[in-house]
This record gives sequence, structure tokens and C-alpha cells, in this order.
Amino acid sequence: MKNETDVPDLTRRFLLLSLVAVVIFLLLLLRLWYLQVIQAERFQILSERNRIRYMPIAAPRGPIFDRDGQLLVDNRPAFGVSVMRQDIDDRERLLAQLSLLLDVDSETLEARLKAGRRFPFYRPVPMADDVSRDLLERVQENSLDLPGVLVDVHPMRSYPHADVAAHLFGYLGEITERELAQPAGKGYRSGDVIGKSGLEQTLEPFLRGIEGQRLVEVDVLGKELRVLKIQDPVPGNKVYLTLRQDVQLAAERALGEHAGAVVAMDVRSGEILAMASRPSFNPALFARGISGSEWLELLQNPRHPLQNKAIKGQYPPASTFKIVTALAALRAGVATPNTRVDCYGSFTLGNRQFRCWKRTGHGVTDLRKAMRESCDVWFYKVGLDLGIDRLAEMAREMGMGEALGFALAGEKEGLMPTRAWKRKRFNAPWYDGETVIAAIGQGYVLSTPLQLAVMTASVANGGQVLRPQVVKRIEGWDGQVLHEARPEVLKTVDFGASNLAAVQRSLEAAVNDPQATGRASRLDEFKVAGKTGTAQVVRLRDDDRDRASRVTPYRHRDHALFVAYAPADAPQIAVAVVVEHGQSGGGTAAPVARAVLEAYFGLNVSAPEAPAGHFGD
Amino acid sequence: MFDRRLLLNFDWTLLITVSVLAFIGIANLYSATAGWEGSGAGFYLKQLSWFGIGLMLALLICCFDYRHLEHLGFHFYIITLALLAAVLVVGKTTMGATRWLDLGFFNLQPSEIMKLVIIIAFARYFSRYGHFHGYRLRELFLPLVLLALPVVLVLKQPDLGTSLLILFIAGVMVLFAGIRRGVLVLLALLGASGAGGGWFLLHDYQKERIRTFLEPERDPLGAGYHIIQSKIAVGSGGMFGKGFMQGTQSQLSFLPERHTDFAFSVFAEEWGFSGCLVLLLLYLFLIIWGIYVARRAADRFGMFLAVGVTAMLFWHIAVNLGMVIGLLPVVGVPLPLFSYGGTSMVTTMIGTGLLLNVSMRRFMF
Repeated sequence: MKNETDVPDLTRRFLLLSLVAVVIFLLLLLRLWYLQVIQAERFQILSERNRIRYMPIAAPRGPIFDRDGQLLVDNRPAFGVSVMRQDIDDRERLLAQLSLLLDVDSETLEARLKAGRRFPFYRPVPMADDVSRDLLERVQENSLDLPGVLVDVHPMRSYPHADVAAHLFGYLGEITERELAQPAGKGYRSGDVIGKSGLEQTLEPFLRGIEGQRLVEVDVLGKELRVLKIQDPVPGNKVYLTLRQDVQLAAERALGEHAGAVVAMDVRSGEILAMASRPSFNPALFARGISGSEWLELLQNPRHPLQNKAIKGQYPPASTFKIVTALAALRAGVATPNTRVDCYGSFTLGNRQFRCWKRTGHGVTDLRKAMRESCDVWFYKVGLDLGIDRLAEMAREMGMGEALGFALAGEKEGLMPTRAWKRKRFNAPWYDGETVIAAIGQGYVLSTPLQLAVMTASVANGGQVLRPQVVKRIEGWDGQVLHEARPEVLKTVDFGASNLAAVQRSLEAAVNDPQATGRASRLDEFKVAGKTGTAQVVRLRDDDRDRASRVTPYRHRDHALFVAYAPADAPQIAVAVVVEHGQSGGGTAAPVARAVLEAYFGLNVSAPEAPAGHFGD
Repeated sequence: MFDRRLLLNFDWTLLITVSVLAFIGIANLYSATAGWEGSGAGFYLKQLSWFGIGLMLALLICCFDYRHLEHLGFHFYIITLALLAAVLVVGKTTMGATRWLDLGFFNLQPSEIMKLVIIIAFARYFSRYGHFHGYRLRELFLPLVLLALPVVLVLKQPDLGTSLLILFIAGVMVLFAGIRRGVLVLLALLGASGAGGGWFLLHDYQKERIRTFLEPERDPLGAGYHIIQSKIAVGSGGMFGKGFMQGTQSQLSFLPERHTDFAFSVFAEEWGFSGCLVLLLLYLFLIIWGIYVARRAADRFGMFLAVGVTAMLFWHIAVNLGMVIGLLPVVGVPLPLFSYGGTSMVTTMIGTGLLLNVSMRRFMF
């Protein structure tokens, strides 16, 4: 209801409101008058061609070193030719000229110019990158004829060791619209380069520097007249990895043409000394802009060169898993080191037969012999007595079947089956036959090479499951330490001292005894402990298996595995090797491990050769 | 039954003013995005359809007596506050800010609705509890709490521009309702110290924007660039402008965000000071007319409603223009009827609908 006493007061207020509005509008008009009438001439000159221009100066990304300061990833100067869109006066002519100079067809150049529309307009549109000095000189000689064309020098990622550890480093690429829209994309602009995988991605905030700026005055043709102000870029931080360059190189060389992965880890700290995945790719391809066909080739290669097999490859651990089975059985008390099983080549459960890899059988076998000669029957029997859930518990305690929190994205969990898991996954009961094959690391069991290395390290260091670390230290250019790795114990497993000692001795035997399957990893100077494994890729009928080495197609051949640590009496390093379709753990994977150990201990590095004899497993 | 007087009293002046402004805005948008291929081409058409939708909403609002809003005000408030809270939990994040609820077909921005809801809530409060000698602090306690909750939630998103606007709109309504001098001084002091303390609550990018405003050279490629380029565009327009679709700054794409927050710069470049004068007079007329509607309102609720809506339009215009011509920091406030965007258009038109509603029912008691 209208309150009569309000009336005079309200009139005043309405007037006041109107007055305030009028005054503020007058203020705005006054400002417009100032800009558009008084200052008009100045702004008209500025607008003519935006005479003053800010040019970004790219910051070099932080270099990556190994633990001893050896340079692994660096930057080198690269020359680029680009175009400032608003300075073009005759587009057709310019494209024709550039096409001739750069030896790129004008349709491609046209497309690049078009793509540049996504860029902020003050940013030159790149037409060719990483051009030769000769070409650069030719462009500069013709610069008067090429209005709007700029040449610049900027840092580009370089890789002294080409494809070595490429998966660990990862590669760079132009930021996508999607990445820009995410919170992490804050501070980036269209056209910026960003880490797309590996450490380049994980450490992006550390590696990326701060862009510099150049304030320049340009003429009507867009040519720089003078530089008014320069703000230098700040390079990215220095990253020191836990890798050792020589060990890494040895691992890569030892894998050679094989597909597979090697992980070498310091058993005392969890620091990764080498992480190789092959086949690899050259990240330099990405640095200068990968072509469609090159990209397609990498993607379609059946051996998956882009996949980091050390953390994403999931393989049946095969007989390397016998370490877990042995420790679980001893701890549960279903077996002792002296438990004897008579292996006559197969194991019968109900009406099913499970074969030992050695068809003639191993005869009476105890733990040491079972490990040394990789007798399947001993583990079938012990595994059956143990049961799947106790086996799975031990495996989980030792870091298998779950991600370890490694620095890179996409680390796989592997798989350690249990009754509950099978119920949930297949809605089916667990069968004893499945326990039997799980005990020798087949069936559902899957592990990554990284997990195998961590598992092996836990045996070597007495039960500590360490988080695998690859970044040792991050340092700013002023020497300030931004990050320093410290050993991190994920879990501690209680194996029981005597159980552990028995298993450790059997692993020594598996490398050093005359009948051992892992002899190809033996060193003269240090005692190695290890275990071979050969993982079935396809279940072939037995008569096919015998001919396997010659006629089995590559993709059906067994994977070769080997895990080891050394020195056996005072362990420092653990190594896990997986050679895809390498057929025999003892024959193919063990020599790779030896090469890594030799490099680590600085021994005479011998080229790894597969020994002539066939090592069964 | 429908009252014939409602049609007779329909406020054609207001509707025509708003429509003229909207059409100038759409023509300007056509010019601003003319050079864009593909996705850019449809902007003015989309804006036209948003205007159509807004117009229908405005007319729809006219069909209901605004006095029903008085009773719904509190419910609206609670619902919108819940939506604001929901934004923080399940909102859609774009460019680092979480402001939208994804409804599938439409991205709802509850902070925009909040502007209107605060107006309704305040109108209800102040229309019920009148004070000849002005409000005392303890009578302002409830409205201040009602205000603080959404402002904090919107600040959290973070959306400094919208939260400031809500504060400004509410401020006008409180001042219009009248408060005692002592309270005014106290609130002013509180506000000043709050602004000082608030500096520490601001997000880094918000601080950066304010620093950049004070010293555009700091970030010449980012926010500073917007201000510099906008000033060049506006200034080079001169007295009579470069002509429709002839703006070199805008057409050569020096000017960023020229279809949204900086749409006015395009206009200023192409139409010069003379064009700006006409446009500003139109906007000023709209504001004065809004105050006139408030003055003629049939009851206190309608009066406060009209004052609030007018304040909302006014602050949008003043803050956007101030920002574009370098008087205020860049805070991302759209110019009503001019900047591209469905939410802004719809909010403005709903506000217009409320004004029309109050205006046409001025003779009904």
C-alpha cells in the first residue's frame, strides 16, 4: 500500500536516481569524446597497422638429465618461416613465392595459413619449421618481396640418443582445443606446444618455461623497424632422472630388434635405473611436427611402438611367478623347502592332466630343484594345497595386480585373480584347475614388467615393496631444488626369514647351478639370483609345440621372461625382462638381463647373444 | 477474465526502445562476425532467435500479475541458491571457471537467475517493511544475509563480475529504500575494508586483471591487450566512424572477443562518437524510462521491482562500457541487447518483461 508520507521523499529519490544515471552516462560520453575526438588522430595512426606489436619469444623447455648429469633431452635452435596474416597484401602471389622458396606446394601452404586462423592474430602463422640455413638465407634475401613473411629462431627439443627411452620422455605436440578448455590449459594459447605423453606430460608444469616478449615497432609492410623492449624468456626447470644412461643404453641395445620391455630398479630405493620399451619411436619426429603418414605408421605397427610396454604391457608372468607361489606356500606352511614331489612329467587333478614343461619329468623334486629347473609339477601340487586366495594375497602384498603409482599416466594394474574376482567378472565359481595354472603364472594372472621388477626387488631387499621412482631431482635455473625423490615404502611383506632365505638360495641356484634354466644371466664377478619364465601366447596342441620354434608364426610364439637381482648376497639392482614372442626365458630374456647387469656393474660389456642350446622352461 | 485496461496501458515506449537497441545490436554483431567463416557466420542469426525467445518470455511474463511474484520470491531464492551450490559440486567447467549446469540442451547459469531473484527478494522485503526515517542496521540484517550467501557462492565459481553486479544491484535497492546516515557510513566503511580484505580472497587471475587494468603494459598479450586494442578501435572511430562493416581494427581481427564483451568497440569504431552518442542516449532513455515505470508503479513491491530491474540494466551498461573504453578493469560483463549470448539476452528480456508488467498494471489496485 502506498504510504502517503512517503511521497515527497520518494520524488526526491527518483530524481536522485535519474541524476546519478545521467551523470554516469555523461562521464562515459566524456570519455568517448576524449578517445574519439581529442585522441582520435593518435588512435587512427595506431590503428593504421597497429604499429606497435608484441611478439612472443618461446621459452626453451627444461633439459632432462640422467642421475649423473648426462644430457638425455635437450633443445637446439631451429629456424622457422612464418607469416603475419595482416601484413599480407597479395595472398596468391605470396603463396606462389613461398611455395617456390620452401619447395612446398601452395595448397599445403594455403592450408597452413587457414589453420592459423585459430591462432591469436598477433601470433605469426608457421609455414615451415626447422628449415635449413640455406633456405633461411634465400628467404631473407627476398624479404623485400615477401611482405608479412618472418623468420625466427626458436628452441626445439632434441634427443641425443634418438629413440632411447622415448616412452619415458614422451613427446610434444600442439595443444588441442580440448586441452585448452581444461583447467590445466590455463595460461596456454592456441599454437602452443605441450607435453602429450610420458614425462613431458607429467612434468609439463616444471619443464615449461615462461614465454618472453619483444615489443617492436613495425612499418606498413610488417617489417620490424626497431625493438623497443625485450623481456627474456625463462627456461623450464632442469630435471634429473634416476636413470643411468649406460644402463639404459645397454637395456635398449640388448633388446635390439625384439619387441619387449626392460625395467631395472635399485632395490634399496625404488629408483628406476633403466626403463626400456621396444620397438621405440624417435620423439624428434613429433618435435618438428609429425606427418600424417608417419603418425599412421606408428599407430598401425602391430608391435605398438608408441606403447610403453614397461608399464602398459600386461603379460602372464609365467614361471617368474613361481617366486610368489613358493613364498606363499612356505609362509602358509603347506610346503617346506624340503617338501618333495615326484614329477613324472604331468600332474593329475580329477580327470585332467597338467603337463610339466619337461615331458620326461624331473623325478623327485624339492624347492631348490623345482626353482632351478622350473619344475611345474612341484608348483602345481603346492599351489593346489595353498589355494588361490592365499596365493593372490601374497601376490598383492608384493605389489602385483594393482597400479604402483608410477610417475607416468596409463600405468596398468595387471591382474591377480581370486574367487571373488571370478564371481564378479564371470559370475562363475573358481575351479581347482585354475589354481593349478595360476600357481605357475598362467591362466588369468597378468603383470607388467614394472610389477615384476618391484616384486623381484621385494625379494631382494627382504620384503619392502617400493614405489618405483624415476624423477630424482628437479632444479630451477637458480639451483633451487624444487623436488627431490625420497624412497617410499608402499608395503612391507613378512615372508618369514627362513622362508625368504630358502627362496633366495633357490633363485641363486636357478642361475648358477649346472642344470639351471637361467644360466645365460650368470656373471663371473657377482652372483646373480633370478628366475626364467616362458609365457604361452596361444594354447597349442602338444605336437604343435614341438615344432614351434620353426613353424609357429611370430604372433603365436611364447613370450620370454626373466627376473633377477644382484649381487645375490647384498642386492643392489633388480631387473625384469619381457621379450615378446621371444620363445624362451632362459634363451632370450636372461642374456638381456645379463647385459643390463654388466652395464650396471661396469663389467666388460659383451654383446648379448642367444646361446646355441635351447633352454627349456 | 482478461482486463482490457491491460492492453490499453501496454508500455509500447519501453518495448520499442528495447527492440530498437536489440536490432542495432544484432546489426553490429553481423558486422563484427562478418569475416568469420563456418561457425562465425551464424552468430547474428542465433542472437536474433535469442531475441525472439526473449521477446516471447517478456510477453508471457506480462500475462501474470507481477504481484504473484511477491509470494514466490522466497521459494525462488531457495531454489536458485540450491542451484548455485549445485554448480560448485556438479557444474560444468569452462576455461577454469565453473558457472554452468549442463541440462543437456542448454547450459544453465544460475548466477544470472540470481540477479533477478535478489531483485524480487529485496523488493518483497523492502515493500513490506517500510521506514520513513530509513532503515537501521538490525533491520538490514536479513537482506544482508540474503545477499551474502549468493555473492559468496558466485565468487567461488569464480565469477567476480557477476558477484559484483549482484552487490551493485542490491546496493541501489538498499539505498533507494533508504537507510540512516549512520548506517550508510558504517556500511561504506565495512565495504571499503571488505574490499581491502577481499583482495586476499581474490583468485590470482582476478588480481592480475586488476593489476593489468592499472598497468595494461603488464600483460600486453593477455587482458592488457584487450584494453589496448579496444581503446585503439574506439579511438580510431573518430567523430563519424569508419562506416558499417568498415572497422579496420575489428574487421582485421585485432580486437578479441569482439562479438561478446567487446561488441561495443566494434560499434564505436564503425559509427564514431556520433553513433555512440545516439546509442548512449537510447540506453539512458531506457534507464530513465525504467525509473519512470518505478515511479508510476501501483504499489511498493512493483516500485522496488522496477528499481531493481532498472539497476540491473544500468550496471550492465555502465560496467561494460566503462570496461571497453578503459575506465574499469576487464571483468567480463556483457552489454545488454548488444553482446552475443543467450543467457544475457534472456535475462535482459525477462527484466524487460517485469518492467512491462509493472508498467501496464499501474492503474490496478
